[in-house]
Amino acid sequence: MRLFSCALAASLLLGGTAFAQDAAPQGSAENGKKLFVTDGCYQCHGYAGQGAPGYAPRIAPKLLPYQSFVKQLRQPRADMPPYETALITDQGVADIYAYLKVQKDDDPKVVPSFY
Amino acid sequence: MPKTPKLPTIDRRRFLKGVAVSGAAVSLAGTAEAQSQAPRAPAAAGRGTLPPPSLVAEAKEPAELPRLTVPRTNSDFMVDVVKTLGIDYLAAIPGSSFRGLQESFINYGANKQPEWLTCCHEESSVAMAHGYAKIAGKPMMAMVHATVGLQHASMAVYNAWADRAPVIIVTANQADWTKRRPGAETKHSVQDGASLVRDITKWDDQPASAQHWAESMVRAYKLAVTAPTAPVLIVSDADLQEEPLEHKEEAKLHIPKFVAATQPVGDPNALREAAKLLVAAENPVIVADRYQRTPEAIPLLVKLAELLQAPVVDQGGRMNFPNAHPLNHSDRGRPLISQADVILTLEPGQLWAVTHSLRDQLERTAQTLTKPGTKLINLSAAELLIHANYQDFERFAETDMSITGDAEASMPYLIEAVARELTDNRKAAIADRGKKLAEAAKQSRQRTRGEAANGWDLSPITLARLSVELFEVVKNEDWSFVGVQNLWPKRLWPMAKHYHHIGGSGASGIGYGLPSSIGAALANREEGRLSVSIQPDGDFMFANGVLWTAAHHKIPILMVMHNNRAYHQEVMHLQRMANRHNRGVDRAGIGTTITDPNINYAKLAEGMGVYSSGPVTDPKDLRAVLTKAMAVVKRGEPALVDVVTQPR
Repeated sequence: MRLFSCALAASLLLGGTAFAQDAAPQGSAENGKKLFVTDGCYQCHGYAGQGAPGYAPRIAPKLLPYQSFVKQLRQPRADMPPYETALITDQGVADIYAYLKVQKDDDPKVVPSFY
Repeated sequence: MPKTPKLPTIDRRRFLKGVAVSGAAVSLAGTAEAQSQAPRAPAAAGRGTLPPPSLVAEAKEPAELPRLTVPRTNSDFMVDVVKTLGIDYLAAIPGSSFRGLQESFINYGANKQPEWLTCCHEESSVAMAHGYAKIAGKPMMAMVHATVGLQHASMAVYNAWADRAPVIIVTANQADWTKRRPGAETKHSVQDGASLVRDITKWDDQPASAQHWAESMVRAYKLAVTAPTAPVLIVSDADLQEEPLEHKEEAKLHIPKFVAATQPVGDPNALREAAKLLVAAENPVIVADRYQRTPEAIPLLVKLAELLQAPVVDQGGRMNFPNAHPLNHSDRGRPLISQADVILTLEPGQLWAVTHSLRDQLERTAQTLTKPGTKLINLSAAELLIHANYQDFERFAETDMSITGDAEASMPYLIEAVARELTDNRKAAIADRGKKLAEAAKQSRQRTRGEAANGWDLSPITLARLSVELFEVVKNEDWSFVGVQNLWPKRLWPMAKHYHHIGGSGASGIGYGLPSSIGAALANREEGRLSVSIQPDGDFMFANGVLWTAAHHKIPILMVMHNNRAYHQEVMHLQRMANRHNRGVDRAGIGTTITDPNINYAKLAEGMGVYSSGPVTDPKDLRAVLTKAMAVVKRGEPALVDVVTQPR
């Protein structure tokens, strides 16, 4: 329940913010993909940032504005572990952001409506 | 006068019935002990040699010898008692401490009602009974060996306790140390066997006579099924089980009639006050957790929600509310709670957490989720059963109304009170609220589909994709989701019936998922339903001998592995600690991952006689593999499909 609550809180954070991806610095999606795994981001958010209900919100392909993204990494709300510069450099953050940005938004129609 | 051969000391229980006959004397007199104590006869008495010992014995007064067989023992009577309770199954791994009972169940009781289920671990026995109860709506028995068996079972008992699930547990003991066999029986005997689980059972007893046993078993059953339902324990003394039952003694025994107690209902005046608050509320929210106790619970809650046009947040401790209903807002719990002016909680497992959160950072900080002035009404029987030691009751939650009573049993009275309070003006306002909620629910479901689509073709396979593919092969059946990993099925599958999911484990004790799903599948088998589960790999590895139990007893269930190759919850915790120390997460897999070698779950299942396939890594292969496994399950057998999945 606690994790569920935290995920919801993070969802609210996502939902309540305007999307402004353009302000992000240049990053390498290729390196970002590696960092997304080695820094353990995928453990909660999934390999494509698709999220997991009850644990962690969906973070891609719709992204937080870059500054909000950085803030959430460095000083996270809710329960997410903090990633300070000792763990991910500013360039690393930009790379991860670039990786998430190129994730495709799968068509919801692939999911049948069962009810 | 010469002494008769000394016989082993025996007491009344061993039936000294003057059965000394020459045949028996012959056999005993031939023992070394008898010969050494036999007097030397005078030479004149025979042909110059000693007479055979048998003749010496025969020449003396008839000896009293122990009777070695008996038509009936107390254990037969105990079986008679259990049969009056309508218990269909008994799960157990064999244990010598209950050998008397086991023999009586399978021979005297003809292995029917209850039928004996062979388990491979006591934790499995109790967890099977736990899962069974949640689908069948009635308890089954788990019999566990003295001391060590109960120690094995204890985590499963705690899950059942924290989940308030009725389970009838029987363990055994050899209380009289003068009767204990040296070795294992001595090591497994105990002064107070129930003490191990007394904090996590509703009631226990160690009966001292057959009549006492009968009364305690009926009492235990009655307490277990009366809200708050919970596990109970009978410690059945081994000597008592094996004590011969004489006809004249049996004639004095009486099996008390079991009459189900009425369930506790909330105070009518308090329910009326609650109804007034709910009807007057602008933004009421109903939060249901362990509310559903019988199939009647769901339509009752639908009626209350529709009368109030109030959103229902189903926390999933039980299957409480249809997820296709426009008033089901389980995915919107946090925003609804934050806007609510009146919250009604129904059997919450964690009441404090309904209205609070705790931030798990270096400094743990609590946050209130509700706005000032929000009224909290709690309707629950939980406080009728609270013990001190284990803290599953959580921290104290402040309420505005605390109505003690079983929520389901109280529901008709609350509905009646709400209907009485509804004026035409309120009905109009409420109807308008309902339209907005229906639209919000529709949007929420669209969002859910969007989330499920993300990563659709990924390998490892997403749980959303897995859940969709699984439902495609079960949707035309009368299905029951009996797994613990139910987040996506609860969001994507249309769940309306009480058996559409079994809720959680209660105490999050890992190792519950596999045996409880098989116990639930056993209950579904009786109703001709098809059971499916998504089975986490870490949970699977605790006591997977229960797969053999499913194969042996032909319990049909389709188990689909959520194989993320880790104890993933702990990966996340370790990651949290590593980041807290700025040490990085690259070593968080040490002690948390289940790789090198990867476990082949399909081969494990196959080795225990369960049809299996996998590991499946490409989502495009899923449908065909699941369809094939489903055909096996429809033939009445268990099947397992190993699927390599995303971490969460």
